[in-house]
Amino acid sequence: MNDQVTSEVAVSGSKRTAPPPIERIPVLRWARENLVSTPFNAVVTAICLVGLIYFLPGFIEWGLIDAVFVTSDHKVCRAAEGACWAVVGEKHRPMFFGIYPYEEHWRLLIAVAIYLGAIVMTMMPKFWSYRILVPVWIFTLASTLTLMWGGILGLSEVDTSQWGGLPLTMILFSGTLVIGFPLAVLLALGRRSHMPAVKAVCVVFIESLRGVPLITILFVAVNVFPLFLPQGLEFDKLLRVVVGMAIFFACYEAEVIRGGLQAIPKGQYEAAEALGLGYWQIMIRIILPQALRICLPGIVNHIIAAFKNTSFVLIIGLFDILTATTAVMQDPEWRRFTLEAYICVGLVYFMFCFALSKYSQLVERWLGEGKRF
Amino acid sequence: MSDQSTAEPVIQLVNLNKWYGDFQALCDVNMTIHRGERVVVCGPSGSGKSTMIRCINRLEHHQKGEIIVDNIELTDNLKNIEAVRSEVGMVFQSFNLFPHMRVIDNLTLAPMLVRKMPKADAEEIAMQYLERVQIPEQAYKYPGQLSGGQQQRVAIARSLCMQPRIMLFDEPTSALDPEMIKEVLDVMVELADDGMTMIVVTHEMGFAKTVADTMVFMDKGEIVEIATPDVFFTKPKNERTQLFLNQILTH
Repeated sequence: MNDQVTSEVAVSGSKRTAPPPIERIPVLRWARENLVSTPFNAVVTAICLVGLIYFLPGFIEWGLIDAVFVTSDHKVCRAAEGACWAVVGEKHRPMFFGIYPYEEHWRLLIAVAIYLGAIVMTMMPKFWSYRILVPVWIFTLASTLTLMWGGILGLSEVDTSQWGGLPLTMILFSGTLVIGFPLAVLLALGRRSHMPAVKAVCVVFIESLRGVPLITILFVAVNVFPLFLPQGLEFDKLLRVVVGMAIFFACYEAEVIRGGLQAIPKGQYEAAEALGLGYWQIMIRIILPQALRICLPGIVNHIIAAFKNTSFVLIIGLFDILTATTAVMQDPEWRRFTLEAYICVGLVYFMFCFALSKYSQLVERWLGEGKRF
Repeated sequence: MSDQSTAEPVIQLVNLNKWYGDFQALCDVNMTIHRGERVVVCGPSGSGKSTMIRCINRLEHHQKGEIIVDNIELTDNLKNIEAVRSEVGMVFQSFNLFPHMRVIDNLTLAPMLVRKMPKADAEEIAMQYLERVQIPEQAYKYPGQLSGGQQQRVAIARSLCMQPRIMLFDEPTSALDPEMIKEVLDVMVELADDGMTMIVVTHEMGFAKTVADTMVFMDKGEIVEIATPDVFFTKPKNERTQLFLNQILTH
């Protein structure tokens, strides 16, 4: 018995010392495994290659070779064969900042910079501490709102109805998350509650609002909701829109989180209960950290959707970056080059969403370290 | 234990009944456990042994009868439930460690949240108990990096950190590979030697013989026989007990 064991160890030991087979050209192996591994894959590869050969040169010619990058004269663009990227340079300020007073745009620029800085800090684990993040966000909110609203420190006052462009998109998005995410967690927990009344309220809330298009909710928030308010009491339109979007977001996100909650074994609750922990202690310390990690891909999915949903405010007369661009492109001199402007806005959306998805993958890796379930 | 009759009763089950839907899981269970007593509960699967000990810290709630733990009656009163739970530790078959926390955080969580203990004190106590279950070197790992036997020892240490006066064990070795059972049983024997009041649901009859003051045999939701280990293993009175012992001891 003993001999057998040692000889086995010796065999596996000698195997382990053998070098892996040498690959001459790794790229070829990659191509073989990924592009032509089966006849079907080979056909798909061929179709894609033909497609690329057909479309790519045309696109490069239009987008790069014949394109006009810098000019302030729309006639130069009209004369050229290719794309007119100069339109972005010409119109970027109203595109990115909407109808906000032109000479005050510097305030928005600083606000966006502060805001992005705070977000980047929040995303880095080395700053994950209340002592750092709470003051940072208090400063961020105070400074950005002061900059945008004005009315003090010699800054002229700008009404929220004039806010627009990228800052508006970012306000809508972060407002949706800040209000919507905690609401989603509460709705998810409420739907699994043992208290019948709480459960009923959450189920009705989620199911009724989930079945309504976002546009309807925005209409109600902007046009119908004020009718129910007593005379004289009025909430800011922007605030109503943000709350409407947050509720819509929360209803979807709650169901995703509920999925994560269901994946937690009953034993986790029992162990925590047996230790004497109360309901909220169990949820906050034991259940939610595990559940949120499990459904992180789904959560981020809806966060990305929420970012793009901000463009719906077009129908209620707020000028987010997309609507602002549409409005600017009414200019007859530059109208022909709307496509180029939209491609630029599309890139902005893509950068935000791609960064979000990459970041969520990072978080998943951090949370997964050494924690096999 | 000769002084058992004089020691104060800490757990009293009086005509305990429990149903799951129409199925009666516990049927008029009566039992009194005194301070320092070590009770081993055995019986075929589905006999209600786990249900009974889970009732004692209200992980299951009973529909009829009384459970009195340390002079506190278990009812729907949340205060009473919390008071009992902080006195009663429980170890599960499937360990139920919190996988997203390091071992040390698993141990300090409840003392800090429930007992409002400062972090440094909680960590000191945690390290004491980890040394007692002989795995202080694993303190900064995650549960998933430990073997089953180590995880169960962490689970025992986690319960002990609340400094309970009673420990419940629900088949603590049933999910373990054979070579790890001993390391967990050793810890439990040591705990018993220190005078902890223990109720253990287990099929480890060797452990029962060395540790138990009282053997309880359950079948179909009833307590069939209560006896000292000597009597229980050599001349059980009830037929069902004899049959059960024959089945598990003949291997």
